[in-house]
Amino acid sequence: MWLELDNVVRRFGQRSAVDGLSLQLAKGSIGCLLGPSGCGKTTALRAIAGFEPIDAGEIRAHGRVLSRPGFTAAPEHRRIGMVFQDYALFPHLTVLENVAFGLHRLPQQARRPRALEMLSIVGLSEYVARHPHQLSGGQQQRVALARALAPEPELVLLDEPFSSLDVELRERLSAEVRAVLKSLNATALLVTHDQQEAFAVADLVGVMKEGKLEQWDTSYELYHRPSTRFVADFIGQGVFVRGEVIEPGTFRTDVGVVRANGTHWDAGEEVDLLLRPDDVVHDDASELRAEVCQRAFRGADFLYTLKMPNGTQLLSLVPSHHNHAIGEHIGVRIEPDHVIAFKRR
Amino acid sequence: MTVDAGELWHAAERGLLQPVDSAVLAANIPEAYRDPANRWFGFSIRARTLVYSTERVKPEELSTYEALAEPQWKGRLCLRTSKKVYNQSLVAMLIAQHGEELTEKVVRGWVENLATDVFANDTQLMEAIAAGQCDVGIVNTYYFGRLLRDKPEIPVKLFWADQEGSGVHVNVSGAGITAHAPHREAAQKFLEWLSQTESQSMFADRNLEYPANPGVKADSIVLEWGEFTPNPINLSKAGELQAAAVRLMDRAGYR
Amino acid sequence: MATPASNRYASERSPRILAGGLALALCIPALAPLIVIGFAAVSPDAEIWSHLARFVLPEVASNTLMLVISVAVIGGMLGTSLAWLTAMCEFPGRRFFEWALLLPLAVPAYVLAFVAVGFLDYSGPLQTALRGTFGSSVWVPPIRSLGGAAMVLSLATYPYVYLLARSAFLTQGRRALEAAQALGYSRSQASWKVALPMARPWIFAGIALTAMETLADFGAVYIFNTRTFTTAIYGAWFGMRSVTTALQLAGVLMVFVLIVFVIERRSRASAAFASARDMTRGSPRFELSSTGRVAAACFAGLIFAIGFALPIVQLAIWAIERIGDLDSRYFGFVSRSLLLAGSAAFMIVSCSVLLAYIQRRLPSRFSQAVIRLATLGYAIPGAVLAVGVIVPIIFLSNALQDLLRTWFGAGAPTIMFQGTLLAVLLGYLARFLAVGFNPVESGLQRITKSVDEAAISLGVTGAALLRRVHMPLLKTSLATAATLVFVDVMKEMPITLIVRPFGWDTLAVRVFEMTAEGEWERAALPAVAIVLVGLVPVAMLTRRGAHVA
Repeated sequence: MWLELDNVVRRFGQRSAVDGLSLQLAKGSIGCLLGPSGCGKTTALRAIAGFEPIDAGEIRAHGRVLSRPGFTAAPEHRRIGMVFQDYALFPHLTVLENVAFGLHRLPQQARRPRALEMLSIVGLSEYVARHPHQLSGGQQQRVALARALAPEPELVLLDEPFSSLDVELRERLSAEVRAVLKSLNATALLVTHDQQEAFAVADLVGVMKEGKLEQWDTSYELYHRPSTRFVADFIGQGVFVRGEVIEPGTFRTDVGVVRANGTHWDAGEEVDLLLRPDDVVHDDASELRAEVCQRAFRGADFLYTLKMPNGTQLLSLVPSHHNHAIGEHIGVRIEPDHVIAFKRR
Repeated sequence: MTVDAGELWHAAERGLLQPVDSAVLAANIPEAYRDPANRWFGFSIRARTLVYSTERVKPEELSTYEALAEPQWKGRLCLRTSKKVYNQSLVAMLIAQHGEELTEKVVRGWVENLATDVFANDTQLMEAIAAGQCDVGIVNTYYFGRLLRDKPEIPVKLFWADQEGSGVHVNVSGAGITAHAPHREAAQKFLEWLSQTESQSMFADRNLEYPANPGVKADSIVLEWGEFTPNPINLSKAGELQAAAVRLMDRAGYR
Repeated sequence: MATPASNRYASERSPRILAGGLALALCIPALAPLIVIGFAAVSPDAEIWSHLARFVLPEVASNTLMLVISVAVIGGMLGTSLAWLTAMCEFPGRRFFEWALLLPLAVPAYVLAFVAVGFLDYSGPLQTALRGTFGSSVWVPPIRSLGGAAMVLSLATYPYVYLLARSAFLTQGRRALEAAQALGYSRSQASWKVALPMARPWIFAGIALTAMETLADFGAVYIFNTRTFTTAIYGAWFGMRSVTTALQLAGVLMVFVLIVFVIERRSRASAAFASARDMTRGSPRFELSSTGRVAAACFAGLIFAIGFALPIVQLAIWAIERIGDLDSRYFGFVSRSLLLAGSAAFMIVSCSVLLAYIQRRLPSRFSQAVIRLATLGYAIPGAVLAVGVIVPIIFLSNALQDLLRTWFGAGAPTIMFQGTLLAVLLGYLARFLAVGFNPVESGLQRITKSVDEAAISLGVTGAALLRRVHMPLLKTSLATAATLVFVDVMKEMPITLIVRPFGWDTLAVRVFEMTAEGEWERAALPAVAIVLVGLVPVAMLTRRGAHVA
């Protein structure tokens, strides 16, 4: 394993910012810590970088202990690169000098070519002589990335790298950043509060809440097989409905009978079922009819908020050529591929 | 009204003062202490003379201002800055007596004998003598009087310079009437009043100076310092030669 | 928002011209000295000039140069190192020293100077005590020397560097260090390679300010009897009575000032380029080794002691000795100081408001240039301003007098502007307009155009707009401006000394006169009053959290 966190705890006074965090990242993979602000993801990142000590547990990079209670290897000895949220470019140096800044371990003549190479990878070869204040936000971010990657660190950390950019730029840069990291076979860990970023860039995503890691998995699994209620709620959209198991695979709910795979529930158990918008399918042939309360046009589809006969509101994702007005009744079918259900509290 | 004859001379030269024809003033104020053209009158006199440490110097060793330039005083002399008008007038008087060349030699000699950097004021100078930083200096008598009032035990005494020769350098606090004064008669009356006994005593005693009116006795403290012969050259010379004095001091390195 | 000239209606032109004229008028006090110096430069009095050039200029120029360079170096190092310690590191007493190290700003250089000389000179209490105990005090270096002057001026001016360097380190320092560490540099390597260079524009701007203060200083160098340009100008004016000499010396001084001024402007401009976002929340301070912590605390404590605490104690002792001086004469000084400072504050704040509105309503290169000109008086030394203001006034006054004589003959009324408060106030206007203008300008800028437009769309325009929207929002800026000008005028000495009308002695002038006579104790009481007043802006600075991370 390239990076291992083993029950890491970091406290500030009485509060634990990071509370028993464990994860593993293999070489060449890109991980992400995702969660609302205050969940401890940035603290975890800074602890990995060596800017925060830890109070319990261990942080290891391919076997070597980086941090443990009472010992924090200095950041400059960790060979861990970091892209800061505000980029932290050195304003008094040119772009080229910024990128070359970390290359002091290379022989003199190798530095400039390497820096130029990195800049061409991020597509900024024409800007080598500019100063940071002369670049746009997206360009500065790419310089920061090039600077962090130039010394070929063993791990790259990215702290909310896209938070200060506009939405369009974000999508484009997410893809670019992933491409760059993959092309260099870099191992990276990113923190963000934005799900789209997490899904676009990372191979493995960990959802954090109040210092704890709720689930560490691929984006697909997080979406379709959330292991905790929080993850289910946090990732994607959906509505919880109450249900009772009639028999394994069949649930009676307030909005009708739902059939889905889910063999580990026994008859009679009371559960909360998560119904995502893609589980509520528009079917004119269905007997079950719901009223359109709200509609949000999203280009390729509509996100309808539907009021079911018993009053429960569900979300439904419908291709947008099905243009229904508010107040109309449309037929729906509830068809989850697999069920996301949790024991009723 | 101002201190220093030089200032008065300049005011007169610039046409700021008008001549006053007054028998009272002519009688009360000796010629040496008023403008030959009667544009200004001195009302109190201050002497600028030598002071010495009673612990390290015997009065027999002292004689004139010029003598302080001699090698025996090397490292023992303290002077006030040349920027102050009192020293400028002193040097101006020396120029009037000896001419520029000789005076420049004297001033250079003083500079060589300095124990330390020039002082900003006479009081500091006398404190330095008392503390032992130097042994002899040149001050105005009223500073000595003030210091004596605060510290009566101070081991410093006055010495009347050049008593065998030209006499102690004196200067005046004086006044004149401005050229465009609106109340000329009242001003003249005021000046005449100033020259009379009662006001002379008040004027001089408060500042521990000597009254210009020779008929008026000085304060008892002042009298204790003894009598002296003042230098009889008319003080307007001080004003005339002030610019030359300043340049001379610059040349000689007297800061 | 440029309207083509053809679209401007005639009705808009006259207020524009009026405003432009007023703005230009405000430039005159600051420009007059420069113009007068220019004239004097082309008509030198050959005899005096050659005397000056041979005997006076070399010493004066070398003294001034050495003084400025030493103060720049010492003050720069003091300010930067203290800023580093309080902004980036943790050590015992750090929180106290953060604001306490600013306190020397309250003490004018000339006060610090006379306390130093009075205390440390041969006949002062320290050496006298040493001689009493040990028999000799020769190892105490002479205070009345160039070195002494440099030390005192450095202590008086390092807060400028401290303040600016601190601000740089606080907003950028820690983040820059982390970025460098993530690129393989150790903390100390990162400090030298990154944090310090990034703070360079601020540090240089601060050093330029200390250099300007040193070039302008008159009181302190006079006490040290160090011959610099300012004392030479004063000597030429009062001693040699040569106006042209004084002006020529002022001209040479202005060359030095110009160089420093350009450095200051350039540094400020490049400081604007550096990133301004403060993302250092949560970045912890350096932990120093235990010897490091002790050393840091001792260093900060030492500077605080010799720069502020000990001088204040000595001042207090002397003042108490002379408490009997608190008589009606003393209160006369106080009231005159207050009166002058108050009228100056009122006048300058009004002019500042005028200028700020001209800038707002008529933004153009012309108005920008005019404002730059009007406010550059802060760089001109007080002695130069004094001479430069009074000469045109005398000239005008005489010209007017002659004119009146030709009309009315001998019975013409007498005009004498030079003896009036007008001259003093104009001198203050030239020197302190920048001080009043800056807070007013930033206050007005905070009232964005959108606020104006919102008010107008709701029907509130013209005088009502000013009254209901601008004035309430400007209240604090106006108060700040008035306070800063008030305090600066209270402390001001050279202009007041040279230009004041007969009998208008202020506290500052009193301090000067007492120190010129060597009466340190008697100078202490007025000095204490000045320092107390000087504490007000320092308190304002610290309250506004300029020092807080």
